[in-house]
Amino acid sequence: MKQYLDFESPIAELEKRVEELSVIAGYEEEVNKLKSQIEKLKTRIYSNLTPWQKVLLARHPARPYALDYINLITTDFVELSGDRYFADDKAVVGGLAKISVSDSKYLSVVIIGTQKGRETKEKIFRNFGMPHPEGYRKALRLMKLAEKFNLPVVTLVDTPGAYPGVGAEERGQAEAIAKNLREMAKLEVPIIAIITGEGGSGGALALAVGNRILMMEYAIYSVISPEGCASILWRDPEKAPEAAEALKLTAQDLYQFGIIDEIIPEPLGGAHHDYHLAAQYIKNSIIKNLSELQNLSPEELVNQRIEKFRSFGIYFEV
Amino acid sequence: MKENSKTPSKMEIPKGLWLRCDGCGEILYRKSLEQNLFVCMRCGYHFRISATKYVELILDNESFEEFDKNFVSGNPLNFPNYKEKLEEAQKKTGYKEAFIYGRGRINNIAVIFGAMDFNFMGGSMGSVVGEKVARAIRKAYTDRVPLIIVATSGGARMQEGIFSLMQLAKTAAELALLASAKIPYIVVVTNPTMAGVMASYASLGDIIIAEPKALLGFAGARVIEGTIGEKLPEGFQTAEFLLAHGFVDLVVPRKQLRPTISKILDIVWNKKESQSLETEKLNYKIEE
Ligand SMILES: [Zn+2]
Repeated sequence: MKQYLDFESPIAELEKRVEELSVIAGYEEEVNKLKSQIEKLKTRIYSNLTPWQKVLLARHPARPYALDYINLITTDFVELSGDRYFADDKAVVGGLAKISVSDSKYLSVVIIGTQKGRETKEKIFRNFGMPHPEGYRKALRLMKLAEKFNLPVVTLVDTPGAYPGVGAEERGQAEAIAKNLREMAKLEVPIIAIITGEGGSGGALALAVGNRILMMEYAIYSVISPEGCASILWRDPEKAPEAAEALKLTAQDLYQFGIIDEIIPEPLGGAHHDYHLAAQYIKNSIIKNLSELQNLSPEELVNQRIEKFRSFGIYFEV
Repeated sequence: MKENSKTPSKMEIPKGLWLRCDGCGEILYRKSLEQNLFVCMRCGYHFRISATKYVELILDNESFEEFDKNFVSGNPLNFPNYKEKLEEAQKKTGYKEAFIYGRGRINNIAVIFGAMDFNFMGGSMGSVVGEKVARAIRKAYTDRVPLIIVATSGGARMQEGIFSLMQLAKTAAELALLASAKIPYIVVVTNPTMAGVMASYASLGDIIIAEPKALLGFAGARVIEGTIGEKLPEGFQTAEFLLAHGFVDLVVPRKQLRPTISKILDIVWNKKESQSLETEKLNYKIEE
């Protein structure tokens, strides 16, 4: 059963009619007419989305998650586990993989992502894609492995944020994030960070200190959730749509600000409408960006990354 | 990742001759409290003090020379009421932003010193705080002198959105540079230091010193209580809690900050010729 968001209800209606008519003989012409109508309607709706509607798409329950992309983008994925200190955080997945460039050429990479679950049981298993400190430490361990074996790092980020819990605090959530920020900055191999869904504050940033920062077309990236912002500003989480507007959290906003390098297009209506196409777009972008970085020396990669982040900020002297 | 709205504003030091201690409720004479560095004489509660007070407390007299004093935030998101809030904070504190830094000396050792001020929008980190912290780090790196930062903050500044978030990575990246040059970085975390600041430069000190009972952590207590659906245990996210879990080196009362930092710098930085090894002077004994 397809899941529709509120603003997609006109599409849902037409698609339902198509479905009904397709099983009856003699309505082929009507069905084709409806189908082209649907395409037009989709183009209109999806090219005029509000920031809040993009938030809903970024959080869409059918949206592809890291393992979906990893399976579609890479071959020979060897998933690795554990931070070597405490546990294996299931909200973070990662390992060694190949990305095929042509019939005879492939790129070896370390690929890491936050992982959400789809059914209730899996959601809990993945802690709703919210990492504990051990998740960040596992990610860092894999990045150091990448550095050791001279492999580029690709991260796929889709998380509401770092998990706020007792154990997370006891085991140093802040320290784990801070250390990733510092260690990623000086990693001597290329890092491509891709925000594929929700880029939830420090919990997302801790996997996104890249030479390139890319966002999917309907991804969001923000210092605070729209709900959290609305609670503070208007003491009313229901005003999240207004907060989403104020926070300027869409891929298009961030591209305009010069924070991200590229927007990766999504299939019409969002990545969940066509996993294969969405994965293909991501793969193309990874290959393109890695080929641009391949001639930089380790020192140049580190400098480029540090200076990139150094340049972020708007201030002036009075 | 926001101004920590939980922290009660009553912790600001009110005007007047007499003050009530938030730790024990005792009524204290302002003059005596001031002489005691705003630490309660009865229970040891540390009142919040300004960035300038930490300069006076830790650095040698008159040794501080402030840099980039007049940096002010833009309003890149055109965020509702942000301009007004900034002006209000500037008026209230006399600072242009929530972080001051410059060059100074501790027991005659040259350092770069910076301190945050909680009264300026909850010590929140936007572009200016991030930029000035980054510059402080860069200055310590180019001058090859130790860096000392006194932190207090509710986290990243929501009103600057993604620009605030990027300051976490920016300051941490600069610290990667400083670490590569083997220059010491000492952090003093004070009440409260939370969220985005704790998740960047405040957690990355070579040595991390906390003031007693300071509230330190990543997520706000209310957020965690909301997640787990129960009250948090007494002492959760205090300096002593972090000490017990291995995330700070020392819990040091305010009075001992300067001597402690000075002692550390003397050992790690001020070695000079005393470090040259003359075997006959080594005073460890080999057990027969
Ligand atoms: Zn007291």
